[in-house]
Amino acid sequence: MIRNWPKPRTLIRFAALLTLAAMTQAEPTSLSASQQLGLEIAREADRRDLGFGDNASELTMTLRNQYGEESVRRMRNKTLEQNDDGDKSLIVFDNPRDVKGTAFLSFTHKAGADDQWLYLPALKRVKRIASSNKSGPFMGSEFAYEDISSQEVEKYSYNFLRNESFNGRNHFVIERDPVDPKSGYSRQEVWLDTEEYRVWKVDYYDRKGDLLKTLTLSDYQQYLNKYWRADHWLMQNHQTGKSTELSYKGWRFANGYRDRDFTKNSLARAK
Amino acid sequence: MVNVFSLSKKRVSSLLGGLLLALAGQSYGNELTGYLAVESRSFFSDALYTDQSDYGASASAEVEYYHDWDDYRQRFVATAYARWDPEDSERSHGDIRELYWWREFEEFEVYAGVRKVFWGVTETVHLVDVINQDDAVENLDGEDKLGQPMISVLMERDWGTLEAFALLGFRERAFAGDNGRLRGPLVVDDDKALYQSGAGDKHIDLALRWSQVFGDWDLGVSHFMGTARDPQLLLDAGAAASEQSQPLGLRPYYAQIQQTGLDVQATLGDWLWKLEAISVKQKGEDRQSAAVGGFEYTFVGISDSAADLGVLLEYQFDDRRGLTETTAQNDIALGARWVLNDIQSTEVLAALSVDLDNGSRFASVEASRRLGDKWLLEAELRLFSNTADDDPAYTLRDDDYLQLELRRYF
Repeated sequence: MIRNWPKPRTLIRFAALLTLAAMTQAEPTSLSASQQLGLEIAREADRRDLGFGDNASELTMTLRNQYGEESVRRMRNKTLEQNDDGDKSLIVFDNPRDVKGTAFLSFTHKAGADDQWLYLPALKRVKRIASSNKSGPFMGSEFAYEDISSQEVEKYSYNFLRNESFNGRNHFVIERDPVDPKSGYSRQEVWLDTEEYRVWKVDYYDRKGDLLKTLTLSDYQQYLNKYWRADHWLMQNHQTGKSTELSYKGWRFANGYRDRDFTKNSLARAK
Repeated sequence: MVNVFSLSKKRVSSLLGGLLLALAGQSYGNELTGYLAVESRSFFSDALYTDQSDYGASASAEVEYYHDWDDYRQRFVATAYARWDPEDSERSHGDIRELYWWREFEEFEVYAGVRKVFWGVTETVHLVDVINQDDAVENLDGEDKLGQPMISVLMERDWGTLEAFALLGFRERAFAGDNGRLRGPLVVDDDKALYQSGAGDKHIDLALRWSQVFGDWDLGVSHFMGTARDPQLLLDAGAAASEQSQPLGLRPYYAQIQQTGLDVQATLGDWLWKLEAISVKQKGEDRQSAAVGGFEYTFVGISDSAADLGVLLEYQFDDRRGLTETTAQNDIALGARWVLNDIQSTEVLAALSVDLDNGSRFASVEASRRLGDKWLLEAELRLFSNTADDDPAYTLRDDDYLQLELRRYF
């Protein structure tokens, strides 16, 4: 079996990673003024959320199909910020009952594929899964994995589009294009308010360039006098008529989480 | 004296306080959950052996309780399982799946009690997974396990995760009784188990496992020394000689083994590459080995839908022969997992394994779908075909069946 192993592939992939790392190191010089502005806005939004350390929250996901039928999923989420890389997070599912106790560990990376593991409680088995499945639906919902995972600046290229005012707020409207070809989107349009750089709305365009989904965020609360979190996320799919509502509650910061709380071992222990 | 007394009293009261808080659902995890299920099994062919039934209905239940305290540094878990099968008394059984206490210290973690532990990465055969005995009357797939009493210590360091186990007391495998299907012509009398070790089922087995993640690679190396989980089945000559009317039977013989295992998974883009290999040395016998390796690849969003199609291929090798031989000596297993990603989490898993030496085939289809929030419907189809008379599965050649299970979680 050993000789059939994909060694060349690993090398090619490694080389690709190095190239990507080199590209992100060097400040891109060929950006137009609007691209530069878009990037600056994304960086500022990221900078304002730096240093949150860790947080925990409870989520209720309500799935609705085009006939108004509902299904509810409940889960708990823990996140640990990393200094030089994407966040680590652990999600434990509570509902529906047949998946209760299933847990999901992910290490997001600024460059390259994320690392993801799934814990299956009936078998007591931890399984490494392919993170390239980022465009797939999360728990049968209208959210894809890539919509809810840590939004690193490096995962997109940017372009400032315009300013827009609604609901008494001024917004920057920026376009962001996923760097990863595995993304389910050709581009996204993001509305951030000019005061706090909070995301209020995202339009997702599918690979063909058609409007696929709109995410609307509301009920922002501030924690530790600095970090804003939206309690309410609504994702509407324009092509299927389905929607998913995400409600967060019980946000807790400064839990003192450590890296050892985000390992395969702690995943297998998650309840 | 007074100090010691007051300290212990304080401890007791803080423990009680913790329990009360937890019971009130205030600060720590504390939960009772479980399910009830009914199952029907229909066999397509007439039974090969007299006394066997063609249809079986049974019921099962599992209850789990856990409680966290001491700021989540301590946990108690209890899981009990039972099945009632009116057709086969050997399949009616209860088991303590888990009954343990866990404590986290600064440098290490300790588990004491009955646990289930899974090792490995492959899908079609589980070679390195040696801690728990199969609950073999539950299912053929070896994924149902009996709880194993143990004390284990785990530490996580930069160089990896190390877990050492002392396995206290052996769990014998259960076999289908006279009336049960999925058995050979001779019934195994599990009350007559034989052991290579003089300590019998009191032998304390030891195991050690190191595992580490290196970027895209998940690696594990394990060593086990003690009583083999897989018994060798010996003809019970004694029973035949002593009593003429008594039919011939089989006795399980549990050898002493040393087993070293390796499991590796490389997660490269859409591809999962997997390998498990073991080297087994039975006391007084030659060293033998087995391996299983292959890949899994997922097509995401097939034909513009939300559904995914995963395909897997694994090659199984095993040079154990005679009493220790398995069905996976030189076999190819192909599988497909169709995941609809719908609200009901509908999933279909189909697998086919072919023996490259004698052409025997085993096919399996499993499908599941959630109904509402608390119900789950599962179907399972197992087909043995072209089974050669020298294949261990030959005795199951007429045991094709369809199983339906309906579960209600509470």
